[in-house]
Amino acid sequence: MKHVNAVVIGAGAGGGIVAKELAEAGFSVVILERGKWLTAYDCRKDDLRNQRTTVLGNGAGPDDERHPRVVVELDGTERIVRASEPGYHNNAACVGGGTLTYGAMAWRFMEQDFRMRSIYGCPEGSTLEDWPITYQDLEPYYEKAEYEIGVSGDVSPDPFHAPRRKPLPMPPLSPPTREHEILKAAALRLGWHPFDIPMLRNSVPYNGRPACMRCRWCVGFVCEVDAKNGTHNTVIPKALATGNCELRTECVAKEILVDSQGRARGVAYFDANDRLQTQTADLVVVSCAAIESARLLLNSKSRLFPNGIGNRYDWVGRNLQGHSYCGAIGLFEEVTYDDLGPGASIAICDFNHGNKGLRGGAMLANEFIRLPYQFVGRMPPDVPRWGRAHKDFMRRWYRRSIMVQGPVQEMPVFDARVQVDPKVKDYWGIPVARLSGRKHPHTLEICRFIAEKAELWLKEAGAIRTWKRIPGPGLSGGQHQAGTCRMGNDPKTSVVDRYCRVHDMDNVYVVDGSVHVTNGGFNPVLTIMAIAYWASAHIIREWRGRRGRV
Amino acid sequence: MRKRGKSRRRFLAAASGAMVALTGCGAARPWRFFTAEEAETVIALCEQIIPADQDPGATDAGVINYIDRHLMGHFRRFQPVYREGLARLNELCRQRHGRRFAELKFEEQTAVLESLTGDLKKFFDLVIDHTMQGFYGDPRHGGNRDAVSWRMLGVPLIPVRGREHYDLTAIKSKEAGT
Repeated sequence: MKHVNAVVIGAGAGGGIVAKELAEAGFSVVILERGKWLTAYDCRKDDLRNQRTTVLGNGAGPDDERHPRVVVELDGTERIVRASEPGYHNNAACVGGGTLTYGAMAWRFMEQDFRMRSIYGCPEGSTLEDWPITYQDLEPYYEKAEYEIGVSGDVSPDPFHAPRRKPLPMPPLSPPTREHEILKAAALRLGWHPFDIPMLRNSVPYNGRPACMRCRWCVGFVCEVDAKNGTHNTVIPKALATGNCELRTECVAKEILVDSQGRARGVAYFDANDRLQTQTADLVVVSCAAIESARLLLNSKSRLFPNGIGNRYDWVGRNLQGHSYCGAIGLFEEVTYDDLGPGASIAICDFNHGNKGLRGGAMLANEFIRLPYQFVGRMPPDVPRWGRAHKDFMRRWYRRSIMVQGPVQEMPVFDARVQVDPKVKDYWGIPVARLSGRKHPHTLEICRFIAEKAELWLKEAGAIRTWKRIPGPGLSGGQHQAGTCRMGNDPKTSVVDRYCRVHDMDNVYVVDGSVHVTNGGFNPVLTIMAIAYWASAHIIREWRGRRGRV
Repeated sequence: MRKRGKSRRRFLAAASGAMVALTGCGAARPWRFFTAEEAETVIALCEQIIPADQDPGATDAGVINYIDRHLMGHFRRFQPVYREGLARLNELCRQRHGRRFAELKFEEQTAVLESLTGDLKKFFDLVIDHTMQGFYGDPRHGGNRDAVSWRMLGVPLIPVRGREHYDLTAIKSKEAGT
């Protein structure tokens, strides 16, 4: 196979951007993606088989048959989980990765989110740390992501957002939903600062694609009219258009190959026909999301790196985190449902920081439209789970409920981790990821506080009944998975440097949520995208021509 | 990949079909997985979970069809759970009332279900979840007949917007035939 300058593993939020930036700079690039290239045709509007409700399987991969993981429960019992089962902590397996089917909130982290340890101090039992980079370092790249991928919304009424040079490229979706209007008035009465959530979704025609048509099959689904912006319909087509980039789908990376000098020489992978192939490259970019990226590094064992790449000090796979979602649901006398998608549209950032006695917090927003089966599991604790009363509750309240929730920024825990399982292997014989650990107790304290604020918001909005939703102590990860290849200046307490390069190997980069030191009180995707632009700029700047050997 | 998965699925479906044929009870049997007696029990169970009132219940919505269909597909791993769970539930009812679950009065059934513990309760939890899926989920999966639950909730039905999936080749061949 022809030698290339860079092989990018994973065509998601991070990998898609790196591929495009490098290809446009003249690098020859190969992207290996384990999933398929799905399109708007694959929308399907299937409420039991999509990326959010997976009782009949994952809509955008991976499949159940070939990609098991091992999960260690809090009581120490182990079980093998299928990709569509709870506890698997799935993101996606397809071109675009999570960006194909996400809800598409496009948050910039706040300045404080990069300096969590300095501001709050580290609680006992956590590895809370500052990032080696600041918001100011990333600001131009946040802007680039907002304009190249495409973001709508209006953060100007939010006094807490970090300084920015330009407004968002598209206005918010209009008209606002009924929920939006009810919640906006209530937040203003409380003295809070509501605004339109920034979303990677076209509110007007943009980048040659149409505006959102406001349907209810949004989060978890491929957009039927291609108005949701991900790497699959922006940067990846641009990368391919340069002529310098080749995308190989249904290719599963086995390991990064290391030469006798301790540099990466390429990737061994199984192609769509399950044949083992080798792609040599000058640079290897790992963008498989926090769980699979850690797994790949740990599975890349060699004489010089017996514990895997980047793992000299046992930090690869550590600090797995996501978000501790918490909030409240309220019931209303009037109908709140207006069938106007995507649903989530209004947020407040009044409680991200500055909460007395707490280290951080979360933004709060209304939830995406809840399809009928999703509402089944969102009853108050006293409603029976079956029978007449349950049915009656569904009938009476489905169209008269609002849910407010927020992604609480988690205190990283060293023992919340990804390992490779010593016994269980996937379809190709590659050791699978083994997940274990729990949330930090302080994270749950923050959850209780944020859930109270959510409840307060709903009560002010006129809810006649409310109840809180607070997560359990188990491991976090899921679609917001992050933290497993921490970015830092000290090689002894991190995996990659400030430009995402693995400390002890000068031609391997990790570019995805893995490098996040902390995960913000926000959906992380725009930060992943900004870091991908930031790391790409560094790679291009430092490039001194081909240095690897075939 | 899915090639492999599918062909295995097809093989298993074919194999169990062959078994049905061999045991000689295949012809009159309306269900893919359940025996007639099991089906009676499942229908009664689902109706307990979502009973008919002014709106249709699980029986009217064809929830059993959803469960039966997916026990031969995505839920294949639950086949033994259903087979054993249904047998044990009926055994329990025979001990307590001398009759099978489906033969009990509605209130008696409710009382039995409320008293379940251990593995039988776990089995019932699984049936609850599958029933909710079959009742509130998309009709394409075999339940929610005529979208009865969506009508009950007042959710607009899925509109046809020109991207509904249809097989262009099938239309062509039909045209060619006429």
